[in-house]
Amino acid sequence: MMRIKRTIKYEGDRVRGFGKEIQSVPGCERLQSCIQCGTCSGTCPLSIYMDFSPRQVVALVRADFKNEVLRSNTVWLCASCYACTVECPRLIRITDIMYALKQRAIKEGVYPRRFPIPVLAKEFYEMVRKKGRITEMLLVMKLFLKTDWLAALGSWRQGIGVMRTGRFGLRAEHIERQAELAGMMAVAGGEDGKAKEAL
Amino acid sequence: MKYSYFPGCSLKGLGRAYEESLLPVMRHLGVELAELNDWNCCGATAYMSVDESMAAVLAARNLAIAEKAGPEDLLTPCSACYLVLNKTKHNITDYPEINATVRKALAGAHLTYSGKVPVRHPLDVLINDVGLDVIKEKVVRPLKGLKVAPYYGCQIVRPYATFDDAWNPTTMDRLLATLGAEVVDYPLKTKCCGGSLTGTVPEAGLRLTYILLKEAVRRGADVIATVCPLCQFNLDAYHDQIDRRWEPARVATVYFTQLMGLAFGLPPEQLGLKRNMVAMKPLPAEPAKVKV
Repeated sequence: MMRIKRTIKYEGDRVRGFGKEIQSVPGCERLQSCIQCGTCSGTCPLSIYMDFSPRQVVALVRADFKNEVLRSNTVWLCASCYACTVECPRLIRITDIMYALKQRAIKEGVYPRRFPIPVLAKEFYEMVRKKGRITEMLLVMKLFLKTDWLAALGSWRQGIGVMRTGRFGLRAEHIERQAELAGMMAVAGGEDGKAKEAL
Repeated sequence: MKYSYFPGCSLKGLGRAYEESLLPVMRHLGVELAELNDWNCCGATAYMSVDESMAAVLAARNLAIAEKAGPEDLLTPCSACYLVLNKTKHNITDYPEINATVRKALAGAHLTYSGKVPVRHPLDVLINDVGLDVIKEKVVRPLKGLKVAPYYGCQIVRPYATFDDAWNPTTMDRLLATLGAEVVDYPLKTKCCGGSLTGTVPEAGLRLTYILLKEAVRRGADVIATVCPLCQFNLDAYHDQIDRRWEPARVATVYFTQLMGLAFGLPPEQLGLKRNMVAMKPLPAEPAKVKV
Protein backbone atom coordinates (compact mmCIF):
# COMPACT_ATOMS: atom_id res chain seq x y z
CA MET A 1 0.00 0.00 0.00
CA MET A 2 1.43 3.36 -0.99
CA ARG A 3 1.29 5.92 1.83
CA ILE A 4 0.13 9.32 0.73
CA LYS A 5 -0.03 12.67 2.48
CA ARG A 6 -2.25 15.53 1.51
CA THR A 7 -0.21 18.74 1.26
CA ILE A 8 -3.04 21.22 0.74
CA LYS A 9 -5.70 21.95 3.33
CA TYR A 10 -9.41 21.53 2.86
CA GLU A 11 -11.79 24.11 4.20
CA GLY A 12 -13.07 21.41 6.53
CA ASP A 13 -9.72 21.34 8.35
CA ARG A 14 -10.47 24.73 9.85
CA VAL A 15 -11.71 25.19 13.40
CA ARG A 16 -14.32 27.88 13.01
CA GLY A 17 -14.05 30.81 15.42
CA PHE A 18 -10.37 30.23 16.35
CA GLY A 19 -9.15 33.40 14.64
CA LYS A 20 -11.78 35.48 16.40
CA GLU A 21 -10.86 33.93 19.76
CA ILE A 22 -7.19 34.85 19.33
CA GLN A 23 -8.16 38.30 18.11
CA SER A 24 -10.03 38.87 21.38
CA VAL A 25 -6.87 38.34 23.47
CA PRO A 26 -5.35 41.65 24.67
CA GLY A 27 -2.69 42.76 22.19
CA CYS A 28 -4.08 40.75 19.26
CA GLU A 29 -6.84 43.15 18.15
CA ARG A 30 -5.24 44.17 14.88
CA LEU A 31 -4.85 40.62 13.56
CA GLN A 32 -7.28 41.20 10.69
CA SER A 33 -5.45 44.25 9.37
CA CYS A 34 -2.47 42.17 8.15
CA ILE A 35 -1.62 42.83 4.49
CA GLN A 36 0.69 39.77 4.23
CA CYS A 37 3.70 41.93 3.32
CA GLY A 38 6.13 39.60 5.12
CA THR A 39 8.08 42.33 6.93
CA CYS A 40 7.73 40.30 10.16
CA SER A 41 9.24 37.19 8.58
CA GLY A 42 12.05 39.22 7.02
CA THR A 43 12.98 40.91 10.29
CA CYS A 44 12.62 37.81 12.50
CA PRO A 45 16.07 36.40 13.36
CA LEU A 46 14.58 32.92 13.87
CA SER A 47 12.12 32.62 10.97
CA ILE A 48 14.64 30.56 9.00
CA TYR A 49 14.14 27.73 11.50
CA MET A 50 10.36 27.93 11.73
CA ASP A 51 7.98 25.50 10.01
CA PHE A 52 5.60 28.44 9.38
CA SER A 53 7.01 31.95 9.08
CA PRO A 54 5.40 34.67 11.24
CA ARG A 55 3.54 35.96 8.16
CA GLN A 56 2.13 32.48 7.52
CA VAL A 57 1.14 32.12 11.17
CA VAL A 58 -0.89 35.33 10.99
CA ALA A 59 -2.61 34.09 7.82
CA LEU A 60 -3.31 30.65 9.33
CA VAL A 61 -4.69 32.08 12.57
CA ARG A 62 -7.16 34.37 10.92
CA ALA A 63 -8.22 31.61 8.54
CA ASP A 64 -8.99 29.40 11.60
CA PHE A 65 -6.30 26.75 10.99
CA LYS A 66 -5.99 26.11 14.71
CA ASN A 67 -4.40 22.65 14.71
CA GLU A 68 -1.69 23.69 12.26
CA VAL A 69 -0.52 26.77 14.21
CA LEU A 70 -0.77 25.26 17.67
CA ARG A 71 1.34 22.28 16.60
CA SER A 72 3.94 24.34 14.74
CA ASN A 73 7.39 25.01 16.22
CA THR A 74 7.04 28.69 15.28
CA VAL A 75 5.57 30.00 18.52
CA TRP A 76 8.22 28.19 20.57
CA LEU A 77 11.08 29.58 18.51
CA CYS A 78 9.90 33.17 19.07
CA ALA A 79 12.49 34.69 21.43
CA SER A 80 10.28 37.73 22.19
CA CYS A 81 12.72 40.24 20.69
CA TYR A 82 9.80 42.36 19.40
CA ALA A 83 11.53 43.18 16.09
CA CYS A 84 8.39 42.20 14.12
CA THR A 85 6.17 44.28 16.40
CA VAL A 86 8.11 47.51 15.88
CA GLU A 87 8.56 46.89 12.14
CA CYS A 88 4.97 45.96 11.25
CA PRO A 89 3.53 48.66 8.97
CA ARG A 90 0.01 47.70 10.12
CA LEU A 91 0.92 48.03 13.82
CA ILE A 92 0.09 44.40 14.58
CA ARG A 93 1.69 43.22 17.80
CA ILE A 94 2.91 39.94 16.39
CA THR A 95 4.89 39.09 19.54
CA ASP A 96 1.64 39.28 21.53
CA ILE A 97 -0.07 36.98 19.03
CA MET A 98 2.77 34.49 19.58
CA TYR A 99 2.18 34.72 23.34
CA ALA A 100 -1.56 34.13 22.90
CA LEU A 101 -0.77 31.02 20.81
CA LYS A 102 1.76 29.73 23.36
CA GLN A 103 -0.83 30.08 26.14
CA ARG A 104 -3.39 28.28 24.04
CA ALA A 105 -1.01 25.44 23.11
CA ILE A 106 -0.07 24.90 26.78
CA LYS A 107 -3.70 25.03 27.93
CA GLU A 108 -4.74 22.48 25.32
CA GLY A 109 -1.68 20.34 25.94
CA VAL A 110 -0.63 20.21 22.30
CA TYR A 111 2.96 21.40 22.66
CA PRO A 112 5.82 18.94 21.98
CA ARG A 113 6.31 17.06 25.30
CA ARG A 114 10.07 16.99 25.82
CA PHE A 115 10.75 20.08 23.74
CA PRO A 116 12.74 22.23 26.18
CA ILE A 117 11.12 25.61 25.49
CA PRO A 118 7.58 24.99 26.78
CA VAL A 119 9.08 22.88 29.59
CA LEU A 120 11.23 25.88 30.58
CA ALA A 121 8.18 28.15 30.54
CA LYS A 122 6.29 25.72 32.79
CA GLU A 123 9.16 25.14 35.24
CA PHE A 124 9.73 28.90 35.46
CA TYR A 125 6.03 29.40 36.09
CA GLU A 126 5.97 26.79 38.84
CA MET A 127 9.06 28.14 40.61
CA VAL A 128 7.70 31.68 40.70
CA ARG A 129 4.27 30.48 41.82
CA LYS A 130 5.85 28.65 44.75
CA LYS A 131 8.79 30.90 45.67
CA GLY A 132 8.07 34.30 44.17
CA ARG A 133 11.57 34.45 42.69
CA ILE A 134 13.74 32.51 40.29
CA THR A 135 16.99 30.78 41.25
CA GLU A 136 18.50 30.43 37.80
CA MET A 137 20.77 27.46 38.38
CA LEU A 138 18.00 25.40 40.01
CA LEU A 139 15.79 26.22 37.05
CA VAL A 140 18.45 25.07 34.60
CA MET A 141 18.92 21.80 36.51
CA LYS A 142 15.19 21.08 36.52
CA LEU A 143 15.08 21.79 32.81
CA PHE A 144 17.85 19.28 32.12
CA LEU A 145 16.13 16.62 34.24
CA LYS A 146 12.83 17.02 32.44
CA THR A 147 14.19 17.18 28.91
CA ASP A 148 17.61 15.77 28.20
CA TRP A 149 19.81 15.07 31.20
CA LEU A 150 22.62 13.95 28.90
CA ALA A 151 22.83 17.51 27.62
CA ALA A 152 23.80 18.58 31.15
CA LEU A 153 26.95 16.48 30.84
CA GLY A 154 27.82 18.28 27.60
CA SER A 155 27.63 21.61 29.43
CA TRP A 156 30.07 20.72 32.21
CA ARG A 157 32.61 23.33 31.17
CA GLN A 158 29.98 26.03 31.41
CA GLY A 159 28.94 24.77 34.84
CA ILE A 160 32.53 24.91 36.05
CA GLY A 161 32.83 28.45 34.63
CA VAL A 162 29.74 29.56 36.52
CA MET A 163 31.11 28.14 39.77
CA ARG A 164 34.64 29.47 39.24
CA THR A 165 33.33 33.00 38.77
CA GLY A 166 31.06 32.79 41.81
CA ARG A 167 27.84 33.35 39.88
CA PHE A 168 26.26 30.25 41.36
CA GLY A 169 23.73 30.94 44.11
CA LEU A 170 23.26 27.78 46.19
CA ARG A 171 20.58 29.41 48.30
CA ALA A 172 17.08 29.03 46.84
CA GLU A 173 15.71 32.57 46.47
CA HIS A 174 12.24 33.31 47.75
CA ILE A 175 10.14 36.24 48.86
CA GLU A 176 9.03 36.81 52.46
CA ARG A 177 5.31 37.19 51.95
CA GLN A 178 4.69 34.03 49.93
CA ALA A 179 1.12 33.68 51.20
CA GLU A 180 0.32 37.19 50.01
CA LEU A 181 1.52 36.39 46.50
CA ALA A 182 -0.25 33.02 46.48
CA GLY A 183 -3.51 34.74 47.41
CA MET A 184 -3.08 37.25 44.60
CA MET A 185 -2.39 34.48 42.10
CA ALA A 186 -5.48 32.60 43.22
CA VAL A 187 -7.55 35.70 42.45
CA ALA A 188 -5.96 35.90 39.01
CA GLY A 189 -7.18 32.38 38.34
CA GLY A 190 -4.03 30.47 39.10
CA GLU A 191 -4.17 28.33 42.20
CA ASP A 192 -6.86 25.91 41.17
CA GLY A 193 -8.01 27.72 38.09
CA LYS A 194 -7.55 27.43 34.39
CA ALA A 195 -3.77 27.59 34.17
CA LYS A 196 -3.14 24.85 36.71
CA GLU A 197 -5.51 22.45 35.02
CA ALA A 198 -3.42 22.64 31.90
CA LEU A 199 -0.20 21.90 33.79
CA MET B 1 18.46 62.17 43.63
CA LYS B 2 16.60 59.11 44.86
CA TYR B 3 14.98 56.08 43.18
CA SER B 4 13.26 52.89 44.14
CA TYR B 5 15.27 49.95 42.89
CA PHE B 6 13.97 46.70 41.40
CA PRO B 7 16.97 44.35 40.93
CA GLY B 8 15.15 41.30 39.57
CA CYS B 9 16.24 37.67 39.95
CA SER B 10 19.20 37.76 37.55
CA LEU B 11 20.96 40.60 39.36
CA LYS B 12 21.00 38.38 42.46
CA GLY B 13 22.10 35.33 40.46
CA LEU B 14 24.02 34.85 37.22
CA GLY B 15 23.98 38.61 36.55
CA ARG B 16 25.21 39.69 39.97
CA ALA B 17 28.15 41.63 38.46
CA TYR B 18 25.57 44.07 37.08
CA GLU B 19 24.34 44.93 40.58
CA GLU B 20 27.89 44.83 41.98
CA SER B 21 28.89 47.59 39.54
CA LEU B 22 25.61 49.52 39.35
CA LEU B 23 25.39 50.22 43.08
CA PRO B 24 28.86 51.79 43.61
CA VAL B 25 28.62 53.74 40.35
CA MET B 26 25.26 55.25 41.32
CA ARG B 27 26.54 55.98 44.84
CA HIS B 28 29.58 57.70 43.31
CA LEU B 29 27.22 59.94 41.33
CA GLY B 30 25.18 60.80 44.42
CA VAL B 31 22.19 58.73 43.28
CA GLU B 32 20.45 56.98 46.14
CA LEU B 33 18.78 53.60 45.45
CA ALA B 34 16.30 51.98 47.83
CA GLU B 35 15.66 48.32 47.04
CA LEU B 36 11.94 47.47 46.88
CA ASN B 37 10.71 45.65 49.94
CA ASP B 38 9.94 41.97 49.20
CA TRP B 39 9.90 42.36 45.40
CA ASN B 40 8.99 39.30 43.33
CA CYS B 41 10.00 37.96 39.93
CA CYS B 42 8.68 40.13 37.08
CA GLY B 43 7.48 37.01 35.23
CA ALA B 44 9.83 37.53 32.28
CA THR B 45 8.81 35.95 28.98
CA ALA B 46 7.79 32.65 30.61
CA TYR B 47 4.73 33.90 32.47
CA MET B 48 3.25 35.58 29.43
CA SER B 49 3.56 32.21 27.70
CA VAL B 50 1.50 30.45 30.34
CA ASP B 51 -1.12 32.83 31.68
CA GLU B 52 -1.86 36.44 30.83
CA SER B 53 -3.76 37.52 33.97
CA MET B 54 -1.24 35.95 36.31
CA ALA B 55 1.61 37.63 34.42
CA ALA B 56 -0.11 41.00 34.90
CA VAL B 57 -0.76 40.41 38.61
CA LEU B 58 2.79 39.23 39.24
CA ALA B 59 4.30 42.37 37.70
CA ALA B 60 1.66 44.64 39.25
CA ARG B 61 2.56 43.53 42.78
CA ASN B 62 5.98 45.13 42.26
CA LEU B 63 4.47 48.31 40.81
CA ALA B 64 2.12 48.57 43.78
CA ILE B 65 4.94 48.03 46.31
CA ALA B 66 6.88 50.78 44.52
CA GLU B 67 3.91 53.15 44.88
CA LYS B 68 3.65 52.34 48.56
CA ALA B 69 7.39 52.98 49.02
CA GLY B 70 7.17 56.56 47.87
CA PRO B 71 6.94 58.92 44.96
CA GLU B 72 10.32 57.98 43.50
CA ASP B 73 10.65 56.51 40.02
CA LEU B 74 11.41 52.79 39.82
CA LEU B 75 14.88 51.96 38.49
CA THR B 76 14.95 48.63 36.61
CA PRO B 77 18.33 47.58 35.19
CA CYS B 78 17.39 44.19 33.68
CA SER B 79 15.97 44.43 30.16
CA ALA B 80 13.35 41.72 30.65
CA CYS B 81 12.09 43.30 33.89
CA TYR B 82 12.07 46.73 32.27
CA LEU B 83 9.96 45.46 29.38
CA VAL B 84 7.56 43.40 31.49
CA LEU B 85 6.91 46.15 34.05
CA ASN B 86 6.33 48.74 31.32
CA LYS B 87 4.18 46.37 29.30
CA THR B 88 2.07 45.67 32.37
CA LYS B 89 1.60 49.41 32.95
CA HIS B 90 0.36 49.76 29.37
CA ASN B 91 -1.92 46.73 29.65
CA ILE B 92 -3.50 47.92 32.92
CA THR B 93 -4.25 51.26 31.26
CA ASP B 94 -5.45 49.85 27.92
CA TYR B 95 -7.54 46.84 28.98
CA PRO B 96 -10.36 47.19 31.53
CA GLU B 97 -10.48 43.42 32.09
CA ILE B 98 -6.78 43.28 33.04
CA ASN B 99 -7.23 46.39 35.16
CA ALA B 100 -10.12 44.74 37.04
CA THR B 101 -8.21 41.50 37.71
CA VAL B 102 -5.14 43.39 38.93
CA ARG B 103 -7.17 45.63 41.22
CA LYS B 104 -9.01 42.71 42.76
CA ALA B 105 -5.80 40.72 43.32
CA LEU B 106 -3.97 43.70 44.83
CA ALA B 107 -6.88 44.58 47.12
CA GLY B 108 -6.60 41.18 48.82
CA ALA B 109 -3.03 42.12 49.80
CA HIS B 110 -3.97 45.69 50.80
CA LEU B 111 -2.09 47.09 47.86
CA THR B 112 -3.20 49.65 45.26
CA TYR B 113 -2.00 50.69 41.85
CA SER B 114 -2.66 54.08 40.33
CA GLY B 115 0.00 54.08 37.62
CA LYS B 116 1.90 57.09 38.86
CA VAL B 117 5.34 55.49 39.31
CA PRO B 118 7.38 55.53 36.09
CA VAL B 119 9.57 52.47 35.38
CA ARG B 120 12.96 53.65 34.17
CA HIS B 121 16.20 52.19 32.91
CA PRO B 122 19.60 53.25 34.32
CA LEU B 123 20.65 54.54 30.87
CA ASP B 124 17.61 56.85 30.86
CA VAL B 125 18.36 58.09 34.37
CA LEU B 126 22.08 58.58 33.69
CA ILE B 127 21.53 60.57 30.49
CA ASN B 128 18.39 62.54 31.38
CA ASP B 129 18.50 63.00 35.18
CA VAL B 130 22.19 62.82 36.12
CA GLY B 131 23.49 64.24 32.84
CA LEU B 132 26.61 63.55 30.78
CA ASP B 133 28.31 66.74 32.06
CA VAL B 134 28.15 65.49 35.66
CA ILE B 135 29.36 62.05 34.56
CA LYS B 136 32.25 63.62 32.67
CA GLU B 137 33.40 65.45 35.79
CA LYS B 138 33.72 62.12 37.60
CA VAL B 139 35.96 60.53 34.98
CA VAL B 140 39.46 60.23 36.43
CA ARG B 141 40.69 57.34 34.29
CA PRO B 142 39.43 58.01 30.74
CA LEU B 143 38.99 54.82 28.70
CA LYS B 144 41.29 56.20 26.00
CA GLY B 145 42.12 53.68 23.31
CA LEU B 146 39.54 51.15 24.50
CA LYS B 147 37.38 50.06 21.57
CA VAL B 148 33.88 49.29 22.82
CA ALA B 149 31.00 47.78 20.84
CA PRO B 150 27.75 49.14 22.33
CA TYR B 151 25.22 46.29 22.44
CA TYR B 152 21.70 47.19 23.58
CA GLY B 153 19.91 43.94 22.78
CA CYS B 154 16.21 43.85 22.16
CA GLN B 155 14.01 44.42 25.14
CA ILE B 156 15.06 47.82 26.45
CA VAL B 157 14.42 49.69 23.22
CA ARG B 158 11.58 47.57 21.86
CA PRO B 159 8.71 48.27 22.01
CA TYR B 160 8.00 50.40 25.10
CA ALA B 161 11.11 52.53 25.69
CA THR B 162 10.58 56.25 25.41
CA PHE B 163 14.13 57.35 26.14
CA ASP B 164 15.84 56.05 23.03
CA ASP B 165 15.28 55.00 19.43
CA ALA B 166 14.09 51.46 18.65
CA TRP B 167 16.25 51.15 15.51
CA ASN B 168 19.37 53.11 16.31
CA PRO B 169 19.66 53.79 20.04
CA THR B 170 22.52 56.11 21.02
CA THR B 171 22.32 56.69 24.79
CA MET B 172 24.99 54.10 25.59
CA ASP B 173 27.14 55.30 22.67
CA ARG B 174 27.13 58.83 24.09
CA LEU B 175 27.76 57.58 27.62
CA LEU B 176 30.75 55.48 26.52
CA ALA B 177 32.17 58.38 24.52
CA THR B 178 31.87 60.56 27.64
CA LEU B 179 33.98 57.99 29.49
CA GLY B 180 36.67 58.50 26.83
CA ALA B 181 36.15 55.16 25.09
CA GLU B 182 36.36 54.69 21.36
CA VAL B 183 32.84 53.62 20.36
CA VAL B 184 32.89 51.02 17.59
CA ASP B 185 30.26 51.32 14.86
CA TYR B 186 28.18 48.23 15.64
CA PRO B 187 25.13 47.81 13.39
CA LEU B 188 23.98 44.71 15.29
CA LYS B 189 23.40 46.79 18.42
CA THR B 190 19.71 45.89 18.74
CA LYS B 191 19.75 42.38 17.25
CA CYS B 192 18.48 39.52 19.38
CA CYS B 193 21.12 37.47 21.28
CA GLY B 194 18.92 34.36 21.15
CA GLY B 195 17.52 34.76 24.66
CA SER B 196 16.97 31.42 26.38
CA LEU B 197 17.14 29.61 23.00
CA THR B 198 20.95 29.52 23.40
CA GLY B 199 20.39 26.77 25.95
CA THR B 200 17.18 25.19 24.65
CA VAL B 201 17.78 25.17 20.88
CA PRO B 202 21.49 25.98 20.50
CA GLU B 203 21.73 25.41 16.75
CA ALA B 204 19.34 28.34 16.28
CA GLY B 205 19.76 30.44 19.44
CA LEU B 206 23.49 30.15 19.92
CA ARG B 207 24.15 31.06 16.32
CA LEU B 208 22.64 34.49 16.99
CA THR B 209 25.09 34.96 19.86
CA TYR B 210 27.95 33.76 17.65
CA ILE B 211 27.02 36.29 14.93
CA LEU B 212 27.10 39.13 17.48
CA LEU B 213 30.51 38.08 18.81
CA LYS B 214 32.00 37.50 15.36
CA GLU B 215 30.92 40.94 14.17
CA ALA B 216 32.35 42.64 17.27
CA VAL B 217 35.69 40.86 16.68
CA ARG B 218 35.63 41.75 12.98
CA ARG B 219 35.14 45.41 13.84
CA GLY B 220 38.11 45.38 16.20
CA ALA B 221 36.24 45.71 19.49
CA ASP B 222 38.29 45.10 22.66
CA VAL B 223 35.12 44.62 24.64
CA ILE B 224 31.33 44.50 24.19
CA ALA B 225 29.28 46.66 26.55
CA THR B 226 25.83 45.33 27.45
CA VAL B 227 22.80 46.39 29.52
CA CYS B 228 21.16 42.99 30.00
CA PRO B 229 22.04 40.02 32.25
CA LEU B 230 20.83 37.44 29.73
CA CYS B 231 22.79 39.03 26.86
CA GLN B 232 25.87 39.15 29.08
CA PHE B 233 25.53 35.47 29.97
CA ASN B 234 24.96 34.39 26.38
CA LEU B 235 27.90 36.41 25.03
CA ASP B 236 30.21 35.33 27.85
CA ALA B 237 29.39 31.76 28.89
CA TYR B 238 29.07 29.75 25.67
CA HIS B 239 32.49 30.23 24.10
CA ASP B 240 33.54 26.59 24.32
CA GLN B 241 30.35 25.51 22.52
CA ILE B 242 30.84 28.25 19.93
CA ASP B 243 34.43 27.08 19.39
CA ARG B 244 33.18 23.55 18.74
CA ARG B 245 30.26 24.48 16.50
CA TRP B 246 31.80 27.28 14.47
CA GLU B 247 35.06 29.07 15.19
CA PRO B 248 36.45 31.03 18.13
CA ALA B 249 35.12 34.57 18.51
CA ARG B 250 36.75 35.61 21.76
CA VAL B 251 35.91 39.04 23.05
CA ALA B 252 34.92 39.98 26.60
CA THR B 253 31.41 41.22 27.34
CA VAL B 254 30.90 43.48 30.36
CA TYR B 255 28.12 45.65 31.74
CA PHE B 256 28.29 49.34 30.82
CA THR B 257 28.26 50.07 34.55
CA GLN B 258 31.55 48.16 34.96
CA LEU B 259 33.17 50.43 32.36
CA MET B 260 31.76 53.46 34.19
CA GLY B 261 33.30 52.22 37.44
CA LEU B 262 36.71 51.79 35.80
CA ALA B 263 36.54 55.30 34.33
CA PHE B 264 35.56 56.69 37.74
CA GLY B 265 38.67 55.08 39.22
CA LEU B 266 36.71 52.68 41.43
CA PRO B 267 38.69 49.55 42.43
CA PRO B 268 38.20 46.92 39.66
CA GLU B 269 37.84 44.13 42.25
CA GLN B 270 34.71 45.88 43.55
CA LEU B 271 33.05 46.02 40.13
CA GLY B 272 32.39 42.31 39.68
CA LEU B 273 34.89 42.01 36.83
CA LYS B 274 36.15 38.67 38.14
CA ARG B 275 32.71 37.20 37.35
CA ASN B 276 33.55 37.19 33.64
CA MET B 277 34.37 33.87 32.01
CA VAL B 278 36.16 35.66 29.18
CA ALA B 279 38.13 38.22 31.15
CA MET B 280 38.41 41.80 29.97
CA LYS B 281 41.97 42.77 29.13
CA PRO B 282 43.55 45.51 31.26
CA LEU B 283 42.83 49.04 30.06
CA PRO B 284 45.31 50.41 27.52
CA ALA B 285 48.21 52.16 29.27
CA GLU B 286 47.60 55.80 29.99
CA PRO B 287 49.76 58.08 27.86
CA ALA B 288 52.69 59.41 29.93
CA LYS B 289 52.02 62.87 31.25
CA VAL B 290 54.31 65.41 29.61
CA LYS B 291 55.67 68.04 31.96
CA VAL B 292 55.55 71.53 30.56
